[in-house]
Amino acid sequence: MSVNQEFRPKIVAFCCNWCSYAGADLAGSSRLSYPADVKIIRVPCSCRVNPMFILRAFEKGADGVILCGCHPGDCHYSTGNYYARRRMTLLFSMLDFMGVENGRTRVEWVSAAEGVKFSTVMNDFVEKIRSLGENVRLGDLRCKK
Amino acid sequence: MKKIAISNLPKLYAAIAKAQSLILPVKTAGKTNFSLWTEACDVDLQTLKTVKSAKDAFFPQSETLYHCHRDGKNITITPEDLQSESFVVFGIKGCDVRGIAVLDKVFLAEPVDSFYAARRCHGTIVSLACGAPEESCFCKVFGIDCAEPEGDVVTWLTEDYLYWKPVTEKGEKLTALVADLLEDSDDAAVTAQKEAIGKIVEKLPYAALSLEGWNGEALNEKFNSPLWETLYKPCLACGTCTFVCPTCQCYDIKDYNTGNGVQRYRCWDSCMYSDFTMMAHGNNRTSQLQRFRQRFMHKLVYFPANNDGMYSCVGCGRCVDKCPSHLNIVKVIKAFGKEGK
Amino acid sequence: MQEVKNRALALLKDGTVKRVLGWRIGENTYDPEPAFFESEEDMQTFVYNNFCAANLSKYMIEASKLEGKTLVCLKPCDSYSFNQLLSEHRVDREKTYIIGVGCKGKLSIENVKRAGVKGILSVNDTDPLQVETLYGNTEVSYKAAMLDRCHVCKGKEHVVYDELIGESEDTSTADRFAQVQMIEAMSPAEKFAFFQKELSKCIRCNACRNVCPACSCRKCVFDSDKFDSAQKANVDSFEEKMFHIIRAFHVAGRCTDCGECSRVCPQGIPLHLFNRKFIKDINTLYGEYQAGADAEARGPLTSFTADDAEPSVVAEGGTK
Repeated sequence: MSVNQEFRPKIVAFCCNWCSYAGADLAGSSRLSYPADVKIIRVPCSCRVNPMFILRAFEKGADGVILCGCHPGDCHYSTGNYYARRRMTLLFSMLDFMGVENGRTRVEWVSAAEGVKFSTVMNDFVEKIRSLGENVRLGDLRCKK
Repeated sequence: MKKIAISNLPKLYAAIAKAQSLILPVKTAGKTNFSLWTEACDVDLQTLKTVKSAKDAFFPQSETLYHCHRDGKNITITPEDLQSESFVVFGIKGCDVRGIAVLDKVFLAEPVDSFYAARRCHGTIVSLACGAPEESCFCKVFGIDCAEPEGDVVTWLTEDYLYWKPVTEKGEKLTALVADLLEDSDDAAVTAQKEAIGKIVEKLPYAALSLEGWNGEALNEKFNSPLWETLYKPCLACGTCTFVCPTCQCYDIKDYNTGNGVQRYRCWDSCMYSDFTMMAHGNNRTSQLQRFRQRFMHKLVYFPANNDGMYSCVGCGRCVDKCPSHLNIVKVIKAFGKEGK
Repeated sequence: MQEVKNRALALLKDGTVKRVLGWRIGENTYDPEPAFFESEEDMQTFVYNNFCAANLSKYMIEASKLEGKTLVCLKPCDSYSFNQLLSEHRVDREKTYIIGVGCKGKLSIENVKRAGVKGILSVNDTDPLQVETLYGNTEVSYKAAMLDRCHVCKGKEHVVYDELIGESEDTSTADRFAQVQMIEAMSPAEKFAFFQKELSKCIRCNACRNVCPACSCRKCVFDSDKFDSAQKANVDSFEEKMFHIIRAFHVAGRCTDCGECSRVCPQGIPLHLFNRKFIKDINTLYGEYQAGADAEARGPLTSFTADDAEPSVVAEGGTK
């Protein structure tokens, strides 16, 4: 597959405050690099992410959306990420059903100690979105003007 | 009177579309609505009523008014261009043509709505007589002749031909544009069809609907009637009736944040919605009863009171067909009729 | 069914119930409207025929706020919706008297028209339907005139009732997930084109939402004036998708698949596909679940297990 290196995708990463955001922090303080195309939005828990947030991100021009939370079993609030997992599974499956390429959405569990994983995941996701190209199926035309 | 063979209609569409944009009934995913003609589209003149009326052609469901664009510290405001090119709306039925006359009363009165006025100025209406009226039609009640609708050009569809009669100057211009495709004809077939339609119209179940008592004078008595209390009950507060209606003209103006600017647009609103005419102090109609009453009072009392007796219902019967609860203007009119009020 | 009327009248007269939620006779056989009846005189206009298709459970939310008991006529499939509302504490069982009415499939005048019948003057509700039209008389088979949802009937059992009147019949003849599977098999581009075409018809009338017995929020998120979305505009790009995904998502795990959304859509959009996709996924991933079957059950989106499928696995077509 030819990858357009010129294309700089817009990626939104929802990161939970307790694990993944700290993981991103660790990646930064460990001087691990990941593309600047990733815009992190900190949320109290992965469970806080309303399906509308994901759709809204696509609407406003995101090419890919990733949700990062604590590993199952490690949620700061005990069970938040279990609920988030079910919700995102169903939502992403629906997006796939409607013809949005399923590579544009992803859920990853990243703990506060996994700076390396955070950087790897982001590099990998950005590559994936680059190969998929611009998101034309879920955006609002009015935002493209 | 001119005519064109049915088999030549695609040529007619292509000829019009070459010069101007052409809007006509198109079937998409099983439903027919007015839409822009393209080579590949499925033109449907057989379906009597499009789901939405033709009012979109002049008053679209949503339209942008202007954009504000931010670039650093500069903000530029760009008004949306007014319609400046001619277009044709083909296949409008008599009721919808009258619907546009109702909209004219609202949008062409001072202060004139420039977006609407520009479209009216550049649009040519080619109306189509209703070959086979259906049970929910009651346009006759409002003095509309579906066998000979108004419009710039009036057409009749028979089995083999589309008969074409220009009525206005705009209509003559359009006729000249497609003159090579049309041939001269007598009006025997049209006269016969008109007669046949007239006979069906007499038999329509709502043909004898009486509007007695519905006028500006009846305001208080109708407004305060206890009947509304029962009538509104099945209403789901959806906007189906208002959005399929050819005369509903209420709209809302909103801003859309595009991330680097704002797009101000207007979109149809529905008096059935809880946020209709929401203001800083709240909402002036707080119950569904009031909202429901508003729709019918507007069509049958307020509008005629302000517009020389013209009702803002044209009897197209779309709300009769489409209401999820089988509630409609006919039932309302009849309920008041029964009460002898 | 005269029996339903008689029984309702008797219960109204002896004071067991304060009002009856049923159907008022329309202009014709095919357009009865949901209505409340409070007196014997009012009950004169009560009707129950095979065109009484709407799911009355939703009206019970409002009726539960009124004083006294309300009698409601529910078909087997409606009883699932009622039960679901019961589990969400949106209706009051104590204030409800349920007559479980037998159902052998309900009719839709839209489907009679779809069969090519125009100018309907009168129609009966027995098999086959005798239709008198402006353009001559004709017949339509009961099955052809039946609502689409009746072809995937949930069965003849009422899950909640006080008494039953009339026989029911399971009218299902089709696999309810067949269409979902057909779409799943398409390529992303085909899927996208399919939904783009269907959703471009949406006029944002909100009938699907307002009729839905699972959509029971007092104020819908789409009605908020602080919400950055055009809840009424159709802009043929994003809003329709957003609305329909979220509408279906908000009722995921609670939708009983009653099919009201598709019944009321003026543009004939197959809205049930969204709901059925969620139901199918829930069944495959989290175990068979029928919303409303058990008022005590915990919904699939308000529960979890530690070894639920990962989204990444599901995206690749896996289930664990």
